[in-house]
Amino acid sequence: MCAVKVLPRRVAAVASVVLLGVSATACGGAKAGEEASASDAKSCVDTSGDTVKIGFLNSLSGAMSISEKTVSDSLGLAAEQINADGGVLGKQLEIVQEDGASEPTIFAEKAEKLIQSDCVAAVFGGWTSSSRVAMRPVVKSLNSLLFYPVQYEGLEADRNIFYTGATTNQQIIPALDFLKNEKKIDSIFLAGSDYVFPRTANKIIKQYAAANGIEVLGEEYQTLDKGEWGTAVDKIVETQPDVVFNTINGDSNVAFLEEYDAKGLSAKTIPIVSVSIAEEEAAAIDVDLTGQMTSWNYYQTVESPDNAEFVKAFKGKYGEDRVTSDPMEAAYTSLWLWKGMVEKADSFDVDDVIEASDGVSFDSPEGKVVVNGDNHHIAKTTLIGEVQPNKLIKTIWSSDGPIEPDPFLEGYDWWDPNGA
Amino acid sequence: MDVIVSQLFTGASTGAVLLLVALGLALTFGQMGVINMAHGEFLMAGAYTAYLTQQVVSNSDVSLLIALPLGFLVAGLLGLLLELAVISRMYHRPLDTLLVTFGVGLILQQLARDVFGAQPKAVASPGWLHGQIDILGYGYPVTRLFIVAIATGCLVATAAVLKYTALGRRIRATVQNRDLAETVGVSTRATDRITFFLGSGLAGIAGVALTLVTATVSNLGTSYIVPAFLVVVAGGIGQIKGSVIAALTLGIVGAFLTYYTSGSLATVLTFVLVVAFLQIRPQGLFTVRTRSLA
Repeated sequence: MCAVKVLPRRVAAVASVVLLGVSATACGGAKAGEEASASDAKSCVDTSGDTVKIGFLNSLSGAMSISEKTVSDSLGLAAEQINADGGVLGKQLEIVQEDGASEPTIFAEKAEKLIQSDCVAAVFGGWTSSSRVAMRPVVKSLNSLLFYPVQYEGLEADRNIFYTGATTNQQIIPALDFLKNEKKIDSIFLAGSDYVFPRTANKIIKQYAAANGIEVLGEEYQTLDKGEWGTAVDKIVETQPDVVFNTINGDSNVAFLEEYDAKGLSAKTIPIVSVSIAEEEAAAIDVDLTGQMTSWNYYQTVESPDNAEFVKAFKGKYGEDRVTSDPMEAAYTSLWLWKGMVEKADSFDVDDVIEASDGVSFDSPEGKVVVNGDNHHIAKTTLIGEVQPNKLIKTIWSSDGPIEPDPFLEGYDWWDPNGA
Repeated sequence: MDVIVSQLFTGASTGAVLLLVALGLALTFGQMGVINMAHGEFLMAGAYTAYLTQQVVSNSDVSLLIALPLGFLVAGLLGLLLELAVISRMYHRPLDTLLVTFGVGLILQQLARDVFGAQPKAVASPGWLHGQIDILGYGYPVTRLFIVAIATGCLVATAAVLKYTALGRRIRATVQNRDLAETVGVSTRATDRITFFLGSGLAGIAGVALTLVTATVSNLGTSYIVPAFLVVVAGGIGQIKGSVIAALTLGIVGAFLTYYTSGSLATVLTFVLVVAFLQIRPQGLFTVRTRSLA
């Protein structure tokens, strides 16, 4: 161990200046201060014992906590099952849980702490795009791994991140295909919250519409915290579109749907397709949503032996009244996929795991998923759902098997990233 | 459909919500000069009162009506507690009040989140509020009409209390000249307390009404507190009629701006207009005329 490191900080700072040349030789290869721990990071993961540490980073406090707590719970279930199954490469998983506190800056700090101080082999978590973007430079510079479980706006593929939620060609575009081919729509109206996901999604929708002869009759945004949808709904009444594409996020959905209902609109008159309303959100909205549509890759009602087992295990561990949702399922799947990658690589080393990731698959509750080694997303099946009177969501249409992830939409010739 | 008519009505609805939210603030901030950042959390308290009432009285046709006075009481008592515990100690330190009440607001939000969870709670609206009424070819939602009615009711009641009751006279006397009011035997401390109770209670009623149009969540208040202050400042401190005009103007101008530009831009433009207006009339629309030299 280098002597400079154990000196008090201020002394060390002076000393490191004075002894720059000396310390370089005295410490051998290791560099002083933070750089030392950064270059140590790779070997910091301790795989010598019977256990290996992994980090869960979810908001357990603050505005995002209810959503992210469910993700933490389903990650916990996956870890428990993996441990009961013999662990990963014969080592039991030891979980270090951290609280992101719904603040992107805290996500970045805690990710650094998990990787550098706790020496975890991989970090699982994040929800908002801003939390992911904040953690991205940390996992990149420390050459660690992040598994991100939420559908998002795409246009990203980082070497150190695996995206187990949907990218736009697995959620938005299949929903448009469904509307065009099955519902035969000629016109569409866009309503969204004013931030990166809805703006990007609507850009894609507008270019798709232009290429497929669908008329966009309006595009309305409100800031996330503002619930004033009166004028937007007036425009929907005025323009009478065949369908409304809803990318509104969070509580603002309640205000929008209350206004929609109050002005006499419903699934019977002008149906809505939503991409951010899942089982839990639907239950909290006091409006008849029967027949309104959603686009996700998983619903609690998915009928398969794997899902039945997942729902049963989850309710058994956390209570009969709990529901399972798409991001929870994607998080559960992410831990199993990491196990698959590590065992294929026969190593916990980050570079080896990334190397081995291509083609790793898992029979998840949503169906079979496969990791794409090029863009680190996974092939997923899109399910269009219809809200039932009991607020659960039933699949009414699904894509022909898993869709290969295409975060940059390179396979769509109508897409122009620089276009309007 | 005629754009002018539809946006006038939509704007008037927004204006009514704004007025309802700002009315209590017009009392506590306008009359007493207390910058209470926790006012938004009293809205939240009202909204959760509506939710809890519905858990006890499951018939949604009547539970909202029961919740209105209950919301007034719950938020009013919370306000009274805040006044006694905190605000009374810092009447001449407005900046400290701002910071402390902001902190209290955060505590109340997290408390609500711990008790009720962060997911919005569904409050069923009464059956008799469903549907629209046709006015000048515009289908006006009955829920919005109901909010206009509540806002008008609260407004008339507040104005009547201020104008015709002994309490109202004491409040006005205290606002106009605290020292003089005290010399003629008005207990300004008691008056402050009751004014704060009324103002906070009005926020509770507004909170109950808000369950009809927005999500019942712990951070419900944060989206309304700034527009409410905007209304009171633009309307003129200490003047209820100023708040009425400011709320309706902001609502209607906001609706037209949203129609012709976009939701986010309309928010910005509304702020710009208010700032520009305050440059010309820093005292707001109306002011209280007193003979004091201060």
